[in-house]
Amino acid sequence: MLHVHGLARRFDTGTVALSGIDIGVGAGDFLVLLGPSGCGKSTLLRMIAGLDKPTEGRIDWTAGRPAPGEIGFVFQEATLMPWETALRNVSLPLRLRGAPDADARARKMLAQVGLGEFAGARPATLSGGMRMRVSIARALVSEPKLLLMDEPFAALDEFTRHRLQDELLELTRARGCTTVFVTHSLYEAAYLGSRIVLMTPRPGRIAAEFPGQPGHDRLDAGYLARVGELTRALRDLQLAA
Amino acid sequence: MRRLSAGWWAPLISFMVALGLWQAAVMLTLVPPYIVPEPLAIIQAFAADWPGLLRALVATLTVTFAALLAAVILGVALACGMAASRWARAAIEPWAVILQVTPVVAIAPLIIVWIGDPFTAMVVCATVVAFFPVFSNTVSGLAATPADLLDLFRLNGASPLQEILWLRLPAALPYFLAGLRVSGGLALVGAVVAEFVTGAGGVASGLAFRILEAGYRLQVPRMFAALALLSAAGLAINAVLGLVSRRLLASRT
Repeated sequence: MLHVHGLARRFDTGTVALSGIDIGVGAGDFLVLLGPSGCGKSTLLRMIAGLDKPTEGRIDWTAGRPAPGEIGFVFQEATLMPWETALRNVSLPLRLRGAPDADARARKMLAQVGLGEFAGARPATLSGGMRMRVSIARALVSEPKLLLMDEPFAALDEFTRHRLQDELLELTRARGCTTVFVTHSLYEAAYLGSRIVLMTPRPGRIAAEFPGQPGHDRLDAGYLARVGELTRALRDLQLAA
Repeated sequence: MRRLSAGWWAPLISFMVALGLWQAAVMLTLVPPYIVPEPLAIIQAFAADWPGLLRALVATLTVTFAALLAAVILGVALACGMAASRWARAAIEPWAVILQVTPVVAIAPLIIVWIGDPFTAMVVCATVVAFFPVFSNTVSGLAATPADLLDLFRLNGASPLQEILWLRLPAALPYFLAGLRVSGGLALVGAVVAEFVTGAGGVASGLAFRILEAGYRLQVPRMFAALALLSAAGLAINAVLGLVSRRLLASRT
C-alpha cells in the first residue's frame, strides 16, 4: 500500500525525531510501531497521514495518495466534539463530504461498536472506553483504506483495553482494513500486530521487525513467546544505548 | 438544592443586612439626606416617580442591548477574521488594543461630532466599551481549538468554512460566553457614560440623564433611586447571561 523511503524529521528546535526510516506497509497488514515514548512513532504516523512533512525522504503510495476520508485516524484521546452527540461525532467524516446517508451509516457503525443505544448521548455522559469506541467508529465509518491509530488505548484500564483490542481486530479483519498502530506496550504489540516494528529511542530508527499473529489467546504459548522475544529485543536495545 | 439555596439566600441576606446597617447609620449619625439619604427615602423617591425612572431605564437598556449586539457581531466577525488569516490577525490586533486602551470619554466628543444622531452616537460609544471582552475571549477560544480535532477536520477534507462553523466556533463557545458576560456589564457602563457625555435629555433620556438632572436639583434620594435601578439592571443582565451560558454549556459537562 505504501513505502516509506529514508524518512527523517528534524524540528525547528533542532531535535531530530526520526532518522533513516525505511518501511513498507502492505494491504491488509496490521503493522504495530513499538518503541519508547519520544522515539518519533507518532511523528511517523502523522507524516503517513499527511499531517506533518518529512525533512528528508518520501512516502510512495502504490495506488496514489488516498483522498480525504480514505485515511482513518484515531488519536490517543478520544478527541470527540463535546457539543455533539455520539451519532453526530461518528457521522462527521461523512457529513463533511455531504454524504446523504451520513446518519444511517453512522448509526450502523455505532451499533457495530456496541453503542447503538447511545446514539443520542453526549461524550461527557460516556465512559472512557465508550468514548474511544465512538472515536474508532468515527475513523471507520467512511470505510477507510488505511487506519492509523496513535496509542488509542494507552489511557484505558486493562479490562477495557483487552476488550477494545479484541473488538478492533474484529472490525479491521471484517473490513480488510490496513492498520498502522502505535504503542509503547509490548503486550499490546504482541497481541495485535501481524508485523511488529521495534524503534530505537530518539532519534527513532527501526531496530528490528518481528512477525506476529494477531488475536491469539493471551495465555497461548505463541503469544507469550512473542512477548518474551520483544522483551529481549527491548533489553538489548537498552543495553546498546 | 442546597447550592441553589446558598446561591439565592446568601446574597439576599447580605443585601438586607447592608440595607439595615445603612438605615441605622443614617438615623444614628443624622447625616442630612442631601448627603446620604436613608434607604426608605430612596424607596419613597422611586415610588414618587417610578414611571419616569422606568422609562429612563428602558432608554438606557435600549442603548445597552443595541451596543451589546453590535459588540457581539463585530467582535465575533473580527475574531473569525483573525483566526482565518495571520495577515488579518496582524492587521486587526493593534486596532483592537487601541480601542481597548482609549478611554471612551476621550473619544466620545469626536463620535458625537462625526455621527450627529445622539442615539447612534451613544450606541457607538457603548459598543467601544463592550467590544473588547467578547472579541478577545472569542479570539482566545478560536485559538484554543483542540489540535487533534483540527487535524481530524483536515484529514477529512473540511473546507475553511466548515472548520470555522462546525469546529472553531462551537469550540470557542465557552470562551465567547465568558466574554459576553463581561461585555454585558460593560455595555451598560458604556451606555451610562455615553449618556453623560452626550447629555441626551428629552423624552427618551436615560438613567444617566436622570441622575444628572436630580443632582442639579439636589434630589439626592432620586439620584440613588436611579443608581439602584442601574445596579439592578446590571445584576439582571449578569444573571440572564450566566443562565444562558449554563444552559448552552450544560450538555458538555
